[in-house]
Amino acid sequence: MATLLAATGISKAFGGLQALNQCSLEVEKGSITGLIGPNGSGKTTLFNVITGYVRPDSGTVSFEGRDITGARPDAVFAMGIGRTFQLTRIFSRITVLENMLIATQHDESWIRGLLRSKSSKTEVDNAMALLDFVGISRLADLQAGALSYGQRKLLELAYVLVADPDVILLDEPAGGVNLTLINQISEKIRQLNAQGKTFLIVEHNMEFVMSLCQNVTVMHQGCHLVTGAPSEVRADPRVLDAYLGGGDDDDDELREAVNNA
Amino acid sequence: MLQKKNLWWLVAFGALGLFPVLVTNPTYTTIGVFTIIFMACATSWNMFSGYSGYIALGSAVFYGSGAYTMALLSIHLHMAAGSELFALVPVGGLVAMVMAVPIGWIALRVRRHTFVVITIAVFFIFQLSAINFGFTGGTSGLNLPFITWGFQNYNTPFYYVGLGLTIFVTLVSALVRRSRFGLQLLAIRDDEDRAMGLGVKVTAVKITGFTMSAFTVGAAGALYAMFVGQIYPQFVFDPMFDVSIALMAFLGGLGTLSGPLLGALILEASQQYLTVTYSNGSLYLILFGALFLVVIIFMPQGIVTFIRDRVSRRAERERAAVAANDAPPSPTTPVEGVAVGGTH
Repeated sequence: MATLLAATGISKAFGGLQALNQCSLEVEKGSITGLIGPNGSGKTTLFNVITGYVRPDSGTVSFEGRDITGARPDAVFAMGIGRTFQLTRIFSRITVLENMLIATQHDESWIRGLLRSKSSKTEVDNAMALLDFVGISRLADLQAGALSYGQRKLLELAYVLVADPDVILLDEPAGGVNLTLINQISEKIRQLNAQGKTFLIVEHNMEFVMSLCQNVTVMHQGCHLVTGAPSEVRADPRVLDAYLGGGDDDDDELREAVNNA
Repeated sequence: MLQKKNLWWLVAFGALGLFPVLVTNPTYTTIGVFTIIFMACATSWNMFSGYSGYIALGSAVFYGSGAYTMALLSIHLHMAAGSELFALVPVGGLVAMVMAVPIGWIALRVRRHTFVVITIAVFFIFQLSAINFGFTGGTSGLNLPFITWGFQNYNTPFYYVGLGLTIFVTLVSALVRRSRFGLQLLAIRDDEDRAMGLGVKVTAVKITGFTMSAFTVGAAGALYAMFVGQIYPQFVFDPMFDVSIALMAFLGGLGTLSGPLLGALILEASQQYLTVTYSNGSLYLILFGALFLVVIIFMPQGIVTFIRDRVSRRAERERAAVAANDAPPSPTTPVEGVAVGGTH
C-alpha cells in the first residue's frame, strides 16, 4: 500500500520541554493506524503539527507526496485531512445542523461566503444523512451546547465527514465515553474505512486500538519507538518498558491493559 | 405570504417612520435624530462584534472618520449648504471602511481581551491625532457649511436619512446572519481554532466583517457632523460612544437582530430625554448604572433573548400539556431516546 500521510524527523520544543524529538510516522492509504504511548509522549503535539496548529522546529509533513509542513489549519483541512480533538470541540451556540454546515465551505473562496446563503438543499440533505449515519439526526435543530458528551463526540466526527476528507485523525475518540458508544464509534470507523477512508487514531483504550487498527505506532518521550501489527507491538518489550518506566499517573491502568490485551 | 415575524418588523419601522409626522416639537425630534443614529451604529457594531464575539471598543474611530470626512470634504469642495451634503454620508462610510482594513488587520491578530485593548489604543491614537493635526482644526474643531433650513423642519430630513441607514444596516445584518459568511462569524465566536480546522479562512472572514461593520458607523458619523454643523475631536472621537453602542447591544441582546435597535432606542432616547429635561449631562450615567445592574443580574443575555426564551419555554410547556392530554406519556423524551450510550 502507498503512504498517504508521512511525518519525517519532526522536532518541536515548548520552552525547555522537547515535546517531539525526531519523530516519524507513516500512515498507509486505506489503513486504520493507531498511535499510542504514555501521557506526555507527544501524540497530540504530533497531531497538531500534522494539521497545522503547531509549526514544527524541524522535520517535514507530507500528504500524497506533497510537502505540507507549516500550512495553516484551514489549508490542511481543504487538502483532505480532517481531525477531531481530545477535548471535544463543537460550536455550542448554534444548532447541530449549523455545526454540520460549517465544513461545507472548505473548498470555496472566502468571498463566496458573502454572496450565498448558508446552505443549499444538497448540503442540508448531505448533512442530515451524515447525522443519520452517526445516529443523532433527531437532534438537528437543537442548540449544540445541549448535547451530551457522547453526542458531541458523534457530532464532531460527523461534521468532519461533511468535507469528505481522505484521512481522518481522531484524538481519543473513545475517551470518556461508555462501552456502548465505544462500540458504536468503532463500528462507524470500520464502515468508513471499508468505504476507503484512512484513519489515524490516538487512543488510550488498548482494546479499542488493538481490535481496530492494522498498524500501531508507539511513541515515547517525543520519539517514535516501534511500529508494527498490534500483536507484534503488544509483545515488544520496549513498549512495556515505555509504559512501566515513566512516572505517569495512569501507568498502572495501562500496564494492566497492555498485559491483558 | 408575509410571515408574522416580518410583519412585526414592518410595523416597527413604520412606527419609526411616522415619528416625525406625529411629533413635531423640535426638542423631541432632535432626540429622535440622535436615537436613530445610535440605532444604526449599534446594529452595525453588532453585525461584527455581536456575531463574532470580538468586542470592539473603538468604533468611534469610524464615527469620527465619517464626521471629519463630511466636514473636510464639504469645506474644501466649497459645497453649498443644503441637501446635497447628504451625498457625502455614504462617502463617510466608505472612508471608515478604508480605515477599518489596516486597523482590523492589526487588531484581529489577537483574541478577546487583547483585541479590546488594542481597539481602545487605536481609538486614542485617532483622538489625539484629531486634536493635534492642523488639517482637523485641532481643539477648535471644524465648522461645516451652515444649513439654513427653518427651525421647525430642520430635523426631519436628518431623521429620515438616519432611518434609511438604520433600515439598510438591519437588512445587511439580517442577510449576513443568513449567509455562509455569517455562519462562519458565529463559528469563530464559538471556537475560532476549531473553525480554522474546518477550513474557515478566519483572518479574511474577520477583517471582512470588521470592515463591513465600519461602513454604517462612518456614514452615521458623517450624518451627525452635518446635523450639528460643527465638530470637535472630543465629541466625534468620544470614548462614551465606544462604550455606549456596545452597552446598547448588550442590553438589547448581543448577536440578535432586534436587540441593538431596542437597546439604542431605550438608552439613547432616555439619555437625551434626561439631559434635556433636567439639563444635567451626567444624570443618565446613574440611571445607566442601575439599569445595567438589573439587566446583568436578571437577564444577562439581554432583553430580546430573555423574552424569546420565556416565550419559547411557555410554548414548549403548552405543547407538552397538549401532548400529555392527547397521547399516553412516552417513557423517554426524544433527546434522551437517541442518547442511548451517549449520555454519561
